[in-house]
Amino acid sequence: MRKIMEGSHAVAEAVRLIRPGVISAYPITPQTHIVERLAEMVADGDLDADYITVESEFSALSACLGASAAGSRVYSATTSQGLAFMFEVLFNVAGMRQPVVMSIVNRALGAPLSIWNDHQDSVSCRDSGWFQLYAEDAQESMDLHFLAYRVAEDHDVLLPGFVCFDGFILSHTYEPVDMPTQEEIDAYLPPFVPVNVLDAKNPISMGMYATPDYYTEFRYDIDRAMDRAKDLLVTAGRELGESIGRDYSGLVEEYRLEDADTAFVAMGSLCGTVKDAIDEMRDSGIKAGLLKIRSYRPFPRAEIAKALSGVSRVAVLEKNVSLGSAMKGAVGPEVKDALWGSGIDVFSYVLGLGGRDVRKKDIAAINALSIAGKGDMFYGLREELI
Amino acid sequence: MALNIGCAAKPGRARDNRTGSWRVFIPRFSREKCSKCGLCILICPEGCISEDEEGMPVPDYDYCKGCGVCADECPADAIEMELEEK
Amino acid sequence: MVDKSLELFDCGHRACGGCGPALAARLIMKGAGANTIVVASTGCMEVFSTPYPETAWKTPWIHSLFQNAAAVASGVEASLKKQGRDEKVVAICGDGATFDIGMLCISGAFERGHDITYICYDNEAYMNTGIQRSGATPYDASTTTSPAGRNSLGNSRPKKDLPRILAAHGAPYVATASVSYPNDLMQKVERAVNTPGPCYIQIHTPCSTGWGFEGSKTIEMGKLAIQTGLWVNFEMVDGEVVKAKKVVRKPVEEYLKVQKRFRHLFRPQPNTEEIAKIQAIADKNAERYGIDIKQKPQE
Repeated sequence: MRKIMEGSHAVAEAVRLIRPGVISAYPITPQTHIVERLAEMVADGDLDADYITVESEFSALSACLGASAAGSRVYSATTSQGLAFMFEVLFNVAGMRQPVVMSIVNRALGAPLSIWNDHQDSVSCRDSGWFQLYAEDAQESMDLHFLAYRVAEDHDVLLPGFVCFDGFILSHTYEPVDMPTQEEIDAYLPPFVPVNVLDAKNPISMGMYATPDYYTEFRYDIDRAMDRAKDLLVTAGRELGESIGRDYSGLVEEYRLEDADTAFVAMGSLCGTVKDAIDEMRDSGIKAGLLKIRSYRPFPRAEIAKALSGVSRVAVLEKNVSLGSAMKGAVGPEVKDALWGSGIDVFSYVLGLGGRDVRKKDIAAINALSIAGKGDMFYGLREELI
Repeated sequence: MALNIGCAAKPGRARDNRTGSWRVFIPRFSREKCSKCGLCILICPEGCISEDEEGMPVPDYDYCKGCGVCADECPADAIEMELEEK
Repeated sequence: MVDKSLELFDCGHRACGGCGPALAARLIMKGAGANTIVVASTGCMEVFSTPYPETAWKTPWIHSLFQNAAAVASGVEASLKKQGRDEKVVAICGDGATFDIGMLCISGAFERGHDITYICYDNEAYMNTGIQRSGATPYDASTTTSPAGRNSLGNSRPKKDLPRILAAHGAPYVATASVSYPNDLMQKVERAVNTPGPCYIQIHTPCSTGWGFEGSKTIEMGKLAIQTGLWVNFEMVDGEVVKAKKVVRKPVEEYLKVQKRFRHLFRPQPNTEEIAKIQAIADKNAERYGIDIKQKPQE
């Protein structure tokens, strides 16, 4: 069923179809429209979940951990400062292998305080053991939740995951969205079957501490699960396509890359702008293309190397900054690593921070900078303020 | 032995750690003086004292750390701490 | 009825000899029963009972972080409710996790009214990290972060009154207990887990290592705290004190002089001014909870 829907409401509808037993969330802009809509669904009996209105994001994720450990499918959503407040719990949920799925409505981190979009929040959680998927539009924001639960709860994976989509740009805009049926999602996503569960009839201890004799192997175990998640994202993404007609088997997606000289690399809603810019550049004879990264963790190194093998240069568009780093953006070094030895130039461009608009002409300007060999920089600084 | 996913474990393995080796003083229980009140069984921080068929307390020296709480509290003065020869 | 023979906390744990919290763990579980899910905070008890894979817990047990046990317990309870399951949820946390770093999560859980029992084993400092002061450390106690010195008499603040803070959240049942009165402790736990809503029990658990006394004197130390009025065992129902253990009070010196954490109050000679301040704390407790047994005048 096709409907015009706000991005946040599309995600709330996805959560309804996923049937979580426990929802625990704390309101924060621009995530609020999701949790408000879910509260309405519970109040109206359209969603049979226990909704815990916690006093903080820290408790939101902690309660999700407890509910998941007791055997429930759980959901939470947050952004920015709220995600930062969860930071300690993130590592814990991953280490305890609880398949919590959380929507991250991407927003900048203070200071200075900013409610507007960039990817600093989720990118800063890169090493926490959660897989991270990035959506380009409202439809993908919805659909990636189905994929995320399917992968997270698989017994070969048992890892938590983020579904990231851009604050305001996607969360607060209306787009046509095709809603799957409950039957389709029930068939795609069977009920959660936990491996470790708190149960008085079969007691276990969860979250024990590990001495140096064990700790490394537990961390290694999580990394191996992340490798298996990479494979499963492909097969489960394909099966999702067979179920609802939209294929998500790609950890990356190519756009007009086949004969491109300049390849842009981007995540999230920015990809839409870049595609439009590429079309215009192509019309004027500039051969540019885009590689969209859908899965940032696990990182699709081989897929990136393959997709970009024929280009002359790569411009990584980064809505984050790794302060004090050589390339400035956090994604660039890993793309560079994927292309090591190829002789292809890879540059990072930090842009779109704190909600600053990224326009088609900015993409064209970055193409020119990359041809000139200029990169690993903040793009579009207001010189009069510096 | 493979790791249990998520650092979880079933009960039972604490007993692999025989804390009796920590002991310096050993509690000796006098069957003559014991009034079978059961206080030592209840207050032992190790939970290593059980009751035999006659209701007499029986310490498990594999786990007794020799803390002496039982001897200190016994209302019948039926438990004495002795320096243990090892 | 409490089954005293029920052993849900196993031998082989790594607590110090004579450990008050280890005894508390055993007694709590006897009171709570086997149909219980335990949520732990990081701390002494967590560390001495669960090095992988040697758990001492025979009931389901989960530990996440230092400060989130009340929130994890909230999630466990919500999940059980959703599934129609009847296990009791009992959080067991130290005083640092309870009085200090976990306050946010505890306040939220109590305000929301989850059906959980939150138990604090109170050994009056951060013992696991090496005896640093917490909000539960008593006045004038010397700890590694409130050491007595030329310009210091130890911890400069009185103990936070957490039972009343949680009673003010609307907790239907709040109680204090001591490992030195095991039957009373077990009965209070049993009552709490069978009272719907968020209940709180604070258990005095003397720590020989942290307080500085022989491990064999753990029970004796807990009794002295009660006999001097520096710890009061009481019960609050719907915010009102309904019961408190009465004693023939002893002077506070009898409790203070047998612990290294207070010895600076007696060297080189007794600091009568400071001891009088601690006596005043006990006197106030006695008045507030009505614990003094009136002795008949001598004929």
